[in-house]
Amino acid sequence: MSSAATVARPATFHDRVVAATPGNPHLERCLQCGTCGGSCPSGPDMDHTPRALFAMIEADMSDAVLRSNTPWYCVSCYYCTVRCPQEIHITDLMYSLKRMAIEQGYYKEPEAHKASDFSETFIDLVENYGRSFELGLATRYHLKHSPLGAMKMAGMGLGMLRRGRMDLTPNRIKGLGQLRSILAKARELGGAQS
Amino acid sequence: MKYGYYPGCSLEKNASAYHQSAVAVAGPLGIEFEEVEDWNCCGATEYFSVNLLGAYALVGRNLALAARGHHNGQLVAPCSACFLNLTKTDRYMVDSPELAGKVNQALGAGGLAYEPGSVKVRHLLDIIVNDVGYDAVAKQVKKPLSSLRVAPYYGCLIVRPGYGGVFDDPEYPMTLDKLMRVLGADVVDFPMKAHCCGGHMTQISQNVALELIRQLLKNASDYEADVIVTLCPMCQLNLDVYQENVNKHFKTDYHIPILYFTQLMGLAFGMSPHEMGIGKEFVAAGPALAKIGAKAPEPETATRKKRSKEGLPMPRRVEEE
Repeated sequence: MSSAATVARPATFHDRVVAATPGNPHLERCLQCGTCGGSCPSGPDMDHTPRALFAMIEADMSDAVLRSNTPWYCVSCYYCTVRCPQEIHITDLMYSLKRMAIEQGYYKEPEAHKASDFSETFIDLVENYGRSFELGLATRYHLKHSPLGAMKMAGMGLGMLRRGRMDLTPNRIKGLGQLRSILAKARELGGAQS
Repeated sequence: MKYGYYPGCSLEKNASAYHQSAVAVAGPLGIEFEEVEDWNCCGATEYFSVNLLGAYALVGRNLALAARGHHNGQLVAPCSACFLNLTKTDRYMVDSPELAGKVNQALGAGGLAYEPGSVKVRHLLDIIVNDVGYDAVAKQVKKPLSSLRVAPYYGCLIVRPGYGGVFDDPEYPMTLDKLMRVLGADVVDFPMKAHCCGGHMTQISQNVALELIRQLLKNASDYEADVIVTLCPMCQLNLDVYQENVNKHFKTDYHIPILYFTQLMGLAFGMSPHEMGIGKEFVAAGPALAKIGAKAPEPETATRKKRSKEGLPMPRRVEEE
């Protein structure tokens, strides 16, 4: 995946994004047609549509790209991916940009880190128990970001509990030690680009 | 027909009605499920945002455990997100020996290994319509859902992007429509049937999510659907639990129950609403199901104590539903 190493010029932002994405995402094929943005359910709420973001990547505007809310507003619906006439792996590229933004600290900025924090809290719980734990996720995440919102969520949580749709305690898998060893090894192998 | 079964975290509790009804209808259809031993979370839409190789390894453990099962190498995932992550990981491992090598190195740290392509991951809808078939389903129908207007909602991930192969159209799927027709339901046109429910956006930017949910509810309501039928726990949760928020936010008045397709299958097979986990939904299905003569059990909520008439004149809380 380190195609950047074989290129004579210094790695551009484009190269780094491609290197962080599994397989070949074909980013260079973008025609700027805008099918992606037009198909995107959260397109109207994004700072930049995927099309615009790809033009910014080509222009080496890494700072503006990694600061954009666009990847975080991607809902993983894959409409853009199946509709792209150039078969660019757009959803995968959005995931790469999210990882790069986290790695490079962009989404640690206080006003913008909600989305990455949701992902990180989620995976932290998975690593602790092996399964997701909705009550833990909701309380940790909402209390941190909007205690007032947490009050509103509490009503919904109570409704879930009363209908038997939420556990009060997490479910642990038996092979938690095994899972942790696997994930630790994956981290080690993945290096900075994991 | 014996299959491996990967329920996923949602089906343990939040979507237990889906699990319950899936297992109940499997019996008469001759489907046998063998749950993957000690499976872990699939990572949902979050793990790939943080740690790529970790995300594959997380799913890889499930695939490795599933491959050990005593079934035909076919694994059924009823949740769309689990289905996507399992098919994606397997496909990417097949496509990239380098990735497969790294995932296996990670799995090796836990004494596991996975041969890419050795487990075929299928969605529950796929095996019901293609392996069991519409005719076999039709034979089980004892109480047709006549006059019940059903909007079939597919959402995204079982029809797109097709990492594990394509069994229905990514833009305008029809398998669930046909299945509901076999049950005797009056299937309404639902142009937004493969649009997104908002996924995790309810947690990140609620306004964005509520608008997506509103559009779906409006679309189903425009076609006078009595019920939206879904095959994904995330879609069910967003449309059901956030329906009240949508109504408050947009000053609308939608009351469309959101049920799993297996729940309606069970009712058509003559199983009781209670057996199908009906009553766990936030928007009560009772009024809609009365049309087909099914009496929904009382919602599983603690009954509130009646206030005594002599009590202090406190403001009354509007009863839920």
